[in-house]
Amino acid sequence: MANGNGTNGNGNGRQRVSAAVERVDDKMRGSQAWNSIFRPGSVYRRGYTDSPRNRSYVIMNNVLYHLHPVKVKRHAVKVSYTLCLGGISFFLFMLLTVTGIFLMFFYQPATASSWNDIKTLETAVTFGSLVRNMHRWAAHLMVLSVFLHMCRVFYHGAYKAPREFNWVIGVILLTLTLLLSFTGYLLPWDQLALWAVTVGTNMMGYTPVFGSSIKYVLLGSQQIGDQTLLRWYVLHVLLLPFVIVIFMAVHFWRVRKDGGISGPL
Amino acid sequence: MADVPDHLLQRSRERRKALGLPVEGEEGAEAPAGETPAPAEGEATTGAVGPAAGGGEATGGGEDVETPGGGKIPAHLLERSKKRRATVGGEGAATPAAAGAATAVAAPLAPTATGPGGHTQRLLTVVKSGSIQQTRAEAQDKVHTWPHLLVTEFAAVLIVLAALTIFSAVVKAPLLGLADLNKTPNPSKAPWYFLGLQELLTMFHPMVAGVTIPGVGLGLLATAPFVDKNPSHKPKDRKFAVAIFTVFVMLWSILVIIGSFFRGEGFNFVFPWNNGIFFDL
Repeated sequence: MANGNGTNGNGNGRQRVSAAVERVDDKMRGSQAWNSIFRPGSVYRRGYTDSPRNRSYVIMNNVLYHLHPVKVKRHAVKVSYTLCLGGISFFLFMLLTVTGIFLMFFYQPATASSWNDIKTLETAVTFGSLVRNMHRWAAHLMVLSVFLHMCRVFYHGAYKAPREFNWVIGVILLTLTLLLSFTGYLLPWDQLALWAVTVGTNMMGYTPVFGSSIKYVLLGSQQIGDQTLLRWYVLHVLLLPFVIVIFMAVHFWRVRKDGGISGPL
Repeated sequence: MADVPDHLLQRSRERRKALGLPVEGEEGAEAPAGETPAPAEGEATTGAVGPAAGGGEATGGGEDVETPGGGKIPAHLLERSKKRRATVGGEGAATPAAAGAATAVAAPLAPTATGPGGHTQRLLTVVKSGSIQQTRAEAQDKVHTWPHLLVTEFAAVLIVLAALTIFSAVVKAPLLGLADLNKTPNPSKAPWYFLGLQELLTMFHPMVAGVTIPGVGLGLLATAPFVDKNPSHKPKDRKFAVAIFTVFVMLWSILVIIGSFFRGEGFNFVFPWNNGIFFDL
């Protein structure tokens, strides 16, 4: 292969470089380390040429792509059918996780410091303002995309047998998304956060019989304060993400087990 | 030879009698004189039974023969079988029936494991062709996930990421003043997705607006697949379900929009173009 390249100009130099590159490439791909990372059949081992076999291997040898089946119904590929809403919701969740972890490095859940932490993040941390904005807007967008995904599924009648249970999981995921967004709302500890949460928790306080207990559990005390902030912080960064990931796993798994995407209409 | 239960042998004998075939255990007219009555149990494996091979098939002319199973054996097959048996049986018959050691040469040629009536196989059951299920999957119009689906997904992800990054670079997330429990902003609003509920608060008792309606709403939503028994996916068959859901979504959206943009100080109804917008995301 090296002989065929660069016959004019600085041909010799280029030939030597490409031969060296090829030698390194061969050595790397032949090494035990490389072959231990990439499974037999991986396109990173064998190189990719377009063939039905390789198209399958691409999906099978990547843990993330592997959420998909190797083949999907033709109508499911049309953007106009799903509008990508479920996938976008998932992507936004991943984006929120990444940006959220970044934010955690600069934030303490305490009434004395939270607001200042956010202020410092916006003014003194590299990309701090951008990442916080992305986290905020992605959260709102995720509420919207999950809701629209539900509408899409309803209008396609995709909740019907055998997908009833997955619809129920979906409603749980919608509720968890709202709770995740709501718990995050309090954390900046500004006037907007405080009073939005006051309105919300007051509403839940009207639950019959258990009203005051629910409110107390949510606030961690009689009034919104340090305890509330800590509680909502743990809910927001740990408990709710943990729960939603489990439900998402079941949701995706059931999509495939119930016969892939529904339709065509 | 496998043990044949007595009741089956009995049935076989009756059937053969009804068909006018020679029945073992009796002195059939066609059976060679030297043949012992076909034993019910396993001693038929000895070479001495060689001639018995010819016992069962003396019937049959040129035409097809009805078998007990109800099918017909084509005449040419019968002919071939008869010829084959003639060669094998001929050798066996050529030796005296009680020849003993001398028959040992011919013995391997004779069918050694014969059943009642000299059959070398038995019909266990007849499966009608109609009762065999076709389990082949229906062909579906499918395409490879890579590249057809993944390319779309990558594009969607890139568009969302780019749009979000640009939007975030331009529009700042709100950060109002430090929280102060002694300073209630007017109006105080919940996050936008709860503003529909807050809007309901202006109409109903807080327990109804804040707990009952959202609780029943979520419950109905979760049980939708079990309430809607209509199996069709086609919009034209589901006018009622689509109408109900659309009304629900529209109602909710209108409540959220009113709560977001049309509520001013004291949560009173205002027009945003007169009094400004009291809304933070």
